[in-house]
Amino acid sequence: MKYEAIIGLEVHAQMLTETKIFCGCSTRFGSEPNTQTCPVCIGMPGVLPVLNKKALEYSIKTGLAMNCRISKYSRFARKNYFYPDLPKGYQISQYELPICEHGHIEIIVDGTNKKIGITRIHMEEDAGKNIHEEEGNYSFVDLNRTGVPLMEIVSDPDIRSPREAVEYMKKLRTILRYLGVCDGNMEEGSLRCDANISVRQAGQKEYGTRTEVKNINSFKFVEKALEYEIKRQVKVLEGGGGVVQETRLWNSGMGITESMRGKEEAHDYRYFPDPDLVPITVDEKWLDEIRGSLPELPDIKRDRFISGYGLPEHDADLLVSEKALADWFEDAVKLGGKPKAAANWIKGDLMRLLHAEGKSLEECPVKPRHLADMLGLIEEGTISGKIAKAVFEEMFKTGKESGVIIKEKGLVQIRDTGEIEKIVDDVIIRSPDEVERFKAGEHKLLGFLVGQVMKATKGKANPQMVNELLKKKLS
Amino acid sequence: MEYPVKQADSQGRLYLELYKLTISEIRDIIDKKEASIREVTESVFERIDSVEEKIKAFVTIAKDKAVEMAERMQKEIDLPGAQKRSIRGVPLAVKDNMCTKGVYTTCSSKILRNFIPPYESTVTSRLLEQGYVLVGKTNLDEFAMGSSTENSGFFTTNNPWDFGRIPGGSSGGSAAAVAADECIAALGSDTGGSIRQPAALCGVVGLKPTYGRVSRYGLVAFASSLDQIGPLTKNVKDSAILMNIISGYDPLDSTSAPVPLPDFTDVLGRDIKGMKIGIPREYFIEGMNAEVLAAVREAIRQLEALGAVPVEVSLPHTGYAVSTYYVLATSEASSNLARYDGVKYGFRAKGKDLMEMYVNTRAQGFGAEVKRRIMLGTYALSSGYYEAYYKKAQQVRTLIKRDFEEAFDMADMLVTPTSPTAAFKRGERTDDPLQMYLSDIFTISVNLAGVPAISIPCGFTSDNLPIGLQLIGKHFDEESVLKVAYAYEQSNDWHRRRPAL
Repeated sequence: MKYEAIIGLEVHAQMLTETKIFCGCSTRFGSEPNTQTCPVCIGMPGVLPVLNKKALEYSIKTGLAMNCRISKYSRFARKNYFYPDLPKGYQISQYELPICEHGHIEIIVDGTNKKIGITRIHMEEDAGKNIHEEEGNYSFVDLNRTGVPLMEIVSDPDIRSPREAVEYMKKLRTILRYLGVCDGNMEEGSLRCDANISVRQAGQKEYGTRTEVKNINSFKFVEKALEYEIKRQVKVLEGGGGVVQETRLWNSGMGITESMRGKEEAHDYRYFPDPDLVPITVDEKWLDEIRGSLPELPDIKRDRFISGYGLPEHDADLLVSEKALADWFEDAVKLGGKPKAAANWIKGDLMRLLHAEGKSLEECPVKPRHLADMLGLIEEGTISGKIAKAVFEEMFKTGKESGVIIKEKGLVQIRDTGEIEKIVDDVIIRSPDEVERFKAGEHKLLGFLVGQVMKATKGKANPQMVNELLKKKLS
Repeated sequence: MEYPVKQADSQGRLYLELYKLTISEIRDIIDKKEASIREVTESVFERIDSVEEKIKAFVTIAKDKAVEMAERMQKEIDLPGAQKRSIRGVPLAVKDNMCTKGVYTTCSSKILRNFIPPYESTVTSRLLEQGYVLVGKTNLDEFAMGSSTENSGFFTTNNPWDFGRIPGGSSGGSAAAVAADECIAALGSDTGGSIRQPAALCGVVGLKPTYGRVSRYGLVAFASSLDQIGPLTKNVKDSAILMNIISGYDPLDSTSAPVPLPDFTDVLGRDIKGMKIGIPREYFIEGMNAEVLAAVREAIRQLEALGAVPVEVSLPHTGYAVSTYYVLATSEASSNLARYDGVKYGFRAKGKDLMEMYVNTRAQGFGAEVKRRIMLGTYALSSGYYEAYYKKAQQVRTLIKRDFEEAFDMADMLVTPTSPTAAFKRGERTDDPLQMYLSDIFTISVNLAGVPAISIPCGFTSDNLPIGLQLIGKHFDEESVLKVAYAYEQSNDWHRRRPAL
């Protein structure tokens, strides 16, 4: 029997605001416990929340970038539950009237474009962290994270496979990073994913019973957790059983999902409008200002790279996956680098070296200017492509300009016909066998002879000139 | 008893009983250097020493801090060119649900018995800027939930007019302290009548401002959409003076309104001729105490004599106000009180695990009425009941607001009794929560509508218990309320009467 998976993702994205969503405390990650707190975020009696306008702006930005309708009127609501990391006993979130609704983003899987609907994006505050002591029967609570602004981005149940889910997550992350509203770091928890999954027989109209899988904290696990859960549900159905509606936890160590709580134990959060916060109204003027401040988004950039620079789709996809990378590429092109060549160097040597050194693009000693200069040297024949590889590695190591490196290392291409001719003659004399066989029609031996010349010049001879001279002399 | 401020000592020398004075009188005396701030403060604490045992108005008496502040303020005026402060050296009491940095703020609850706030509420910051001296923190029904102060987690405050009776609530401590001259004036908070009803029952002036007029930052929340801080004073002028200090937009309270701020004392003494005062027919009902009814009717005649024009108006949804209020207020309270969980501050009970600690802390820390309201509110917000209770109540609230808007098309303000009865006996209604809830039948709608209202003394029962008159104004029109209240006050002596202690 063939089964189809129905997947919807709820993604929590920590916003990159300087201060918390309802107070002036810093949002910095990794400080001493409870040092970034104040009466408001630790829920002292009598305190009141005041909305950080930046968090609202970031949410609207995200909504616009994901083709959402921005609500002219929205509200905060209280989600009530008891937990030590939730100092007020409720989380301020949005419920009935979220800030953004009815959007979509596009993903590409196996060369096919697909729209994934965005049901809603809402703002909420993060909770703190409980730290459990191994010894002793007590726990600590760190409230530094309490009140850090989050966006919850909820997709429609449009995703049909774990691979689509990964592409969706990647696209979401790319857009958030383009906007500068979230750093998208799943390992540090600034991007978190819960998944709703059900399966149904191919052709069946109704959805099957769904489960919610929590605690998926890397792109790799998005795929693994979903694959596992789909298999598990199919197995239950094929065994004649029924899927139980429940919340499950992804156990990355064991590679399985485990039941956390059933439907009966589901919390009744008793949502109601937060009377401490006035309704949010967004006027057209501000909306226009925000719309005007949006950067070029990845899909549009990709199309422009393809049509404007003549790049292959695959190159464009790679370059636009990070705004910094796309900018790096365009800077190199603006400084004179040929687009295709620049793209090749970026996806080849640059990415390889960055990866090997564990460096980010910002930390890269090679700047777009360096690459553009080097491409110029290749173009004008000062260095060969082969020499360029060494030059590039040297630039990466030292941050020096390519011109300086080739001078220092004497890597300038030999283009003096007389000089090359001498070496060519020398090679011909030292290789009588090969020369004989070449003349007898074994033309592929030309490569061997060119190689000998290049070896003798330590690769500095202009290969084209070597080729021509050899051919001339041997004909 | 009349109000003789000047007393003769054993040698026949006249001296001032400073604690009996009003804010404006104290200001005068201090300005003219007829008394020092220290003398004023000492006088108030001597008064507290002599009567507090009978009244029990205070949860915390902040004498050391008060003396220190008085000294500081005295030093300030002893120097030339002292900064202007409108209530420098005036001893005031604050209801114990407003956070005062470094001074216990208990909400009269066992769960916060040991709580000392690390921050200052906006209202008390504003009082501090103007140089007030904090006398102490006054008793209340636990978390302001009640109408008699009998729900205090510590003790009940007595009505200064009759120690066997309750002072009203929930700001019973503040009202009793003002009535007993244990402070010059006080702050209270009003969610369903908690300033006005005790003011009426203790024979003082109590004003609940428009929702959004006074910042709630630092007021321990009971029902956030209804709570409002206001003054309890010996006369209308003092209310206007305190309103000038505590009102105004606060960036720390999103629900505080950025509206222009008048000088509330400007309107005092202005003519009220031709002002239309609406008499809502639903507020003159069966079962009301006859003496209260007679006093209010007489007050309306008096207002008429002053030139006001009574018009009959209707607030047709009045009958739904109490039930609407008890759904909304308890819903908000159930959430507002969730933070008292033993984890961060306040009382923590022992338990073998987290759940047991939570349960024990809240079971032992909260009193019966608070638990009742948390349960009511939790129920009203529960899935499956939300639509029928919370949502429906919000809709009715809109209708009640509309009632007031329509009534204000006909009248400049409304006049009603503050409470259907004068102060009742301690224990009389404690076994019957519904009867207790009806104590606020005339005040609750005002909170639901968010409009301002004042209670001023308008007579006494044959048992010598004060009766209160309520004047209700339009949104942000405290000025009309104060103007009419002042005109009425100037035409009689009710507010000058003091209990014999």
